[in-house]
Amino acid sequence: MAQAKTLETIYGLIAPLNKKDAELAPQTTFAVDLELDSLTVMDLVAEIEDEFDIVLPLNMLPDLETVGQVADAVEKIVGEN
Amino acid sequence: MDLLDKFDSIVDLRASLPFEKADPFKVVIDEVISETEAVISGRHTILAGTNNYMGMTFNEEALEAAKTALDDFGTGTTGSRVLNGTYGGHKALEATIADFYGMEHCMVFSTGYQANLGMISALGGKDDYVIIDADSHASIYDGCSMGNATIVRFKHNDAENLERRLKRLPEDAGKLLVVEGIYSMLGDAAPLKELLEVGKKYGCMTLVDEAHSMGFSGENGRGVAEELGVEHMVDFYVGTFSKSVGTVGGFAVSSHPKFDVLRFVSRPYIFTASLPPSVVASATKSIEAIRRSGNRRAHLWENARQLHTGLKKAGFNMCTDEAESPIIAVHLPDVMIGTRFWETLLFEGVYANMAAPPATPAGMFLLRISVCAQHTSEQISEIIARFKRTAEIVGLNID
Repeated sequence: MAQAKTLETIYGLIAPLNKKDAELAPQTTFAVDLELDSLTVMDLVAEIEDEFDIVLPLNMLPDLETVGQVADAVEKIVGEN
Repeated sequence: MDLLDKFDSIVDLRASLPFEKADPFKVVIDEVISETEAVISGRHTILAGTNNYMGMTFNEEALEAAKTALDDFGTGTTGSRVLNGTYGGHKALEATIADFYGMEHCMVFSTGYQANLGMISALGGKDDYVIIDADSHASIYDGCSMGNATIVRFKHNDAENLERRLKRLPEDAGKLLVVEGIYSMLGDAAPLKELLEVGKKYGCMTLVDEAHSMGFSGENGRGVAEELGVEHMVDFYVGTFSKSVGTVGGFAVSSHPKFDVLRFVSRPYIFTASLPPSVVASATKSIEAIRRSGNRRAHLWENARQLHTGLKKAGFNMCTDEAESPIIAVHLPDVMIGTRFWETLLFEGVYANMAAPPATPAGMFLLRISVCAQHTSEQISEIIARFKRTAEIVGLNID
């Protein structure tokens, strides 16, 4: 489970895209809860990459359905660097 | 469980579009009058939405060569390039393209889509990185999905954003930077000098897709890299015969000494039938013609500038500040105006392309016009006039 600080940072990046005002929690999904299309998700990933100074490859996206999964992936990559 | 249920949202979306008399995804061209005119649903229509930039579809030498090849070699090869599907014509075409690009080697694929699939999936191995522009064509994205490399995406045409990403990659890893000369939806050209310089600085091999720029960019029509004088930084070019060349097929060229091995490892090259000899013959003649078509190139650019200037002056919201290619795209505010505009324009006798997400960046609705070297300046004026009339009919405020 990702740390609160990581999640808060990611919530901050999602906020401008959260047009439906969906509740942001680790289990929030990009496709259903936030209604983001795949292109928007890719742009969001680019912002997360720059925020954490990491590479989050496109290959990983199919496995990242929730905000919590992204936060976990980010911490794992940060830890490896 | 019906496997097609998962597409219900797409069916609903299509059904919600307010087309009354025509559907942009079901247009049938009944009769081709020339490179620039056709009969659609019984109406005489100016074609302003093809990729026939250099107007080569009725080039006399290409037509003649295709007819002769049909008589001499039949309708098809019925086989793979690496089995029974390589004829003398395929080798001659590869030599013609290699010579056109001033490079050592060329592989001809059966479509441009397969050329990108075949090159990117073969070059990017398990431990390698493929770095692509965010607005890349579907064939580039699909080539990435097909291969085993790690895929990194950078902001469209942004060298600084690219550098930030390259900095994070392992220094000694294999890296392939993939960019296009001209992007097909907005018709914008890439700052290839800046992008390729950054790529080279971080040890990338580079692949430039000139699908939409071959024919009219550069003194010989090789593309944007020639135009910008940066060909020395290009390791691989990918291109197509289905736009300026006027037929179908794709190619890759390179001077890499080991290039030929790709014929044995590129699955989209191997596991499909090779191009019919008639297509190969017409592509060869068309590329030879393109090379010496300096005047036609100049006229195409005049057409593009005339159209861009005319629409801009009329008050349309242009996607680029000036004409960067023969693709001139106009922003439309939403899907309702977009569909009505496209349909009304068709009934005014102009065929253009409606482009909508996900084919367009950032959720944009566009009307995409592509001009041909064979359009007369009178036809371009007519297109502008009919655009203005259409805006009036659909209530699009352009002032």
